[in-house]
Amino acid sequence: MSAPGSLLDLRDLAVSFNTEEGLVQAVDGVSIELRAGEVLAVVGESGSGKSVTATTLMGLTRGPNATIAGSATFEGTELISASDEELRAIRGNRLAMIFQDPMSSLDPVYRVVDQIVEQIQAHRDTRSGEARERAIELLDAVGIPDAAKRADSYPHEFSGGMRQRAMIAMALSLEPSLLIADEPTTALDVTVQAQIIDLLRDLNQRRDLSILLITHDIGVVAEIADRVAVMYAGRIVEQGTIDEIFYEPQHPYTWGLLDSLTRIDRPRPKRLSQIPGMPPSLLAPPRGCHFRPRCPHAFDRCTEVPSLLPRVAAAPGHLDRCWLEPARKQELRQAGDRDALEQPR
Amino acid sequence: MSATSEGLLEVRGLVKHFPIKSGLLVSREVDSVKAVDGVDLSLAAGETLGLVGESGSGKSTLCRTVLQLIEPGAGSVRFGGRELVGLRQRELRPLRRDMQMIFQDPYASLNPRRRIGQIVGGPIKLHGLASGAELRRQVEELLERVGLSPEHYDRFPHEFSGGQRQRIGIARAIALKPKLIVADEPVSALDVSIQAQIVNLLDDLQDEFGLTYLFVAHDIGVVRHVSDRIAVMHGGKIVETGTADQVCERPIDPYTKKLLAAVPIPDPRENRARRAGASLA
Amino acid sequence: MSSAMARFVVRRLLSMLLVLFAVSVVVFLIFNVLPSGDPAVRMAGKIPTETQVEAIREEWGFDEPLYVQYGTMMKQLFSGEMISYFTRQNVSEEIWKGLPRTLSLAIGAAILWMALAIALGLYSALRAGAFSDRVLTVLALVGISMPVFWIGALMSYYLGYKAGIFPNGGYVEFADSPFEWLWHLVLPWTALSILFIGFYSRVLRSDILETMGEDFVRTARAKGLSERRVLLKHVLRNSLIPIVTLWGLDFGAVIAGGAILTESVFDIQGVGQYAADSIKQLDLPPIMAVTMFGAFFIVVFNAMVDIAYAALDPRIRLEGRPSR
Repeated sequence: MSAPGSLLDLRDLAVSFNTEEGLVQAVDGVSIELRAGEVLAVVGESGSGKSVTATTLMGLTRGPNATIAGSATFEGTELISASDEELRAIRGNRLAMIFQDPMSSLDPVYRVVDQIVEQIQAHRDTRSGEARERAIELLDAVGIPDAAKRADSYPHEFSGGMRQRAMIAMALSLEPSLLIADEPTTALDVTVQAQIIDLLRDLNQRRDLSILLITHDIGVVAEIADRVAVMYAGRIVEQGTIDEIFYEPQHPYTWGLLDSLTRIDRPRPKRLSQIPGMPPSLLAPPRGCHFRPRCPHAFDRCTEVPSLLPRVAAAPGHLDRCWLEPARKQELRQAGDRDALEQPR
Repeated sequence: MSATSEGLLEVRGLVKHFPIKSGLLVSREVDSVKAVDGVDLSLAAGETLGLVGESGSGKSTLCRTVLQLIEPGAGSVRFGGRELVGLRQRELRPLRRDMQMIFQDPYASLNPRRRIGQIVGGPIKLHGLASGAELRRQVEELLERVGLSPEHYDRFPHEFSGGQRQRIGIARAIALKPKLIVADEPVSALDVSIQAQIVNLLDDLQDEFGLTYLFVAHDIGVVRHVSDRIAVMHGGKIVETGTADQVCERPIDPYTKKLLAAVPIPDPRENRARRAGASLA
Repeated sequence: MSSAMARFVVRRLLSMLLVLFAVSVVVFLIFNVLPSGDPAVRMAGKIPTETQVEAIREEWGFDEPLYVQYGTMMKQLFSGEMISYFTRQNVSEEIWKGLPRTLSLAIGAAILWMALAIALGLYSALRAGAFSDRVLTVLALVGISMPVFWIGALMSYYLGYKAGIFPNGGYVEFADSPFEWLWHLVLPWTALSILFIGFYSRVLRSDILETMGEDFVRTARAKGLSERRVLLKHVLRNSLIPIVTLWGLDFGAVIAGGAILTESVFDIQGVGQYAADSIKQLDLPPIMAVTMFGAFFIVVFNAMVDIAYAALDPRIRLEGRPSR
């Protein structure tokens, strides 16, 4: 039973693909809840499974080579076992998604306004004139200057930032309760990125739009997320509130990720902290904890898959997948911080 | 470095415009894309100059124009005291040994049909510096130096990850023991945890080989970390230069300020405080 | 007409003049350099005498310098007075007579091949990798490999002469009997189309498969559009752009003389067949006229294809590089 206020509830979601080289377990048992009104960020690098998780919710990974198991309950509907028709009625309507590269994500041969109208009319019985007006309203609401005139432009006539705004407008045209944003700012310049993040935050706070944000950019997460799930090689390795993840991270991968960031508001370290090695192949992942081969603190218990559990007494919502004792984790973390601080340039 | 002695690389008034043509019978230039619009740069031997700018700022064109991969429209590029602009290909060839480039896209910058050994050894062979078993030995040494295994000599690029391919690109760039390396967004296409590895590698190589870097990127955080000095590029021009600390902590130019303000800070409390402060102001 | 369009049209007209001029000069020179003999000698009949040959030479102006002959021929061409050396008929009239036949063949075949290619291309793409797709691939390759005159001859013989279902050749005017007109064209249309259907369906299939992997198709699905709409309005619309432009070019080429073989096999007596017969005789005037006619059509269709491309893909401007 999902908790009240739970908008999206994933239980043991697993997605694998049958490829030429073998079976790739892209998502390996992901369970997490997104509450109404919050911004939940799923952070990970390539191969973490974060994008596959998001696109699976929309049913976009269904195909002859994909095996999808587990459940994802959204507003009372079970998405994984839903029929194509049921899913289609929800997509773009109650549950919307925006993607990474706004240039290639819009059809180049149709005008922007027509693409929004198309979405509206796919779900509602609206006259073209009315739909068009609504589309222009939306474009204006997301900050496109001179919306009425620019609506008739083609995608390639917009700049990158405007295209992403148009995509957001389009995604929100039917007032969905959840927006999935898959790397929405990765392809944009940093100044434009800041504007888009502000827009999303505004939509979340003023229009009560819940957001599932998929990203590899921890800085972006710090600007907008309420809760964070860190994914590595198909599994969630840590999840909690944003303050918990940033200030009391419990998993060595999270430590590595946070430490390898550059911060322009702090003195420069002599050397960037790095995580040795490479992400594992999903064709033959390591036995037990997936991070074990790269973890400087691995010990014998790590060959057993750690469960995702709350391990810190005062924080029941803060879960992680690491066998190390909480006290030991704190020790290691503080030692790591000291090392970083001891090497100014 | 005294004011009178020349740095390793001196760029003055560099210009590269791309014409936009239109016309009935004969195409006339009606306008142009001013990719590089009067750029001055100085690089001292052994230092790292970071060049930061957003898309369309002209930084990639600048890299290529400095190295004479694109012919400049006007201006001067002096390398080791020698003027490069106007030299013929034949004259440039021997100078190219001392200036190399690392590219952004590890998936596009390696010829997929050639083996790693051929890719890394290519420059050495081209300049007639070694061949046969000696060449192989040098290449294997280079591969090890960048963190790969000599066994990888016979493999093809597609067998490697993005970070590893970037290492191959770096091995190729240092093969000739150049003086200057222009790195055009060398880590932008890589995962964050791999970026740190590559940045550290470049750092180590600089110490070991006495390299000078022109490090181009759009990520100010990374640029600040690697650079001694930073130049900010916008619309084909350099709008601000200074030491890394000066530019990042006490920026003068409004564009630089805007750029710095936009960089996300990975610190939730700090962000909340800023927003609260901003809304009260 | 916008100024970009006006500039485009003027440029194309000028290049057309250049092309026609170049083509005419080359054709003219080829025929005056071929060691196949003096046209005067050939025109004089079986046992030519010197005086006969001289008389012909003078009458036809073969004794004039080349550039004068060229000038005369061009004048005759554009005033419609060119006469064939051998049949003594007015070349322009002959072409005019053959034109409706060639057009009937070309237009019918073009529509047929395009319709079938889209259907088959779409079908194969949707069932990519399945058995039916593989069968269609093989059939397409067979279709591309079979020479049109061979297919035409086989059809004409087996379905026409032997089985008697279709007529084995000839052409009936539409005005005389629309049904017979159609019936006589079925085999020629099929023979001419088979090559193009094979080729176009393959190209379309791979275009569709590529487009289906595009980000905007994923967005269309994420919007909740029906699969049918995604396919027709987004996938097909984008995949058709290269095919439509190819079609314009091939259609132009077919009218310009690409149907020579089909017309000859089925004895349609269109412009293509006229060209074929004239070539056999090395009869310069009709050859010149037909070649110019062909060149003209190709330039026109090239221009139309460029316009169509710019109309279909808003990223393409008529003038230069795409505006991305």
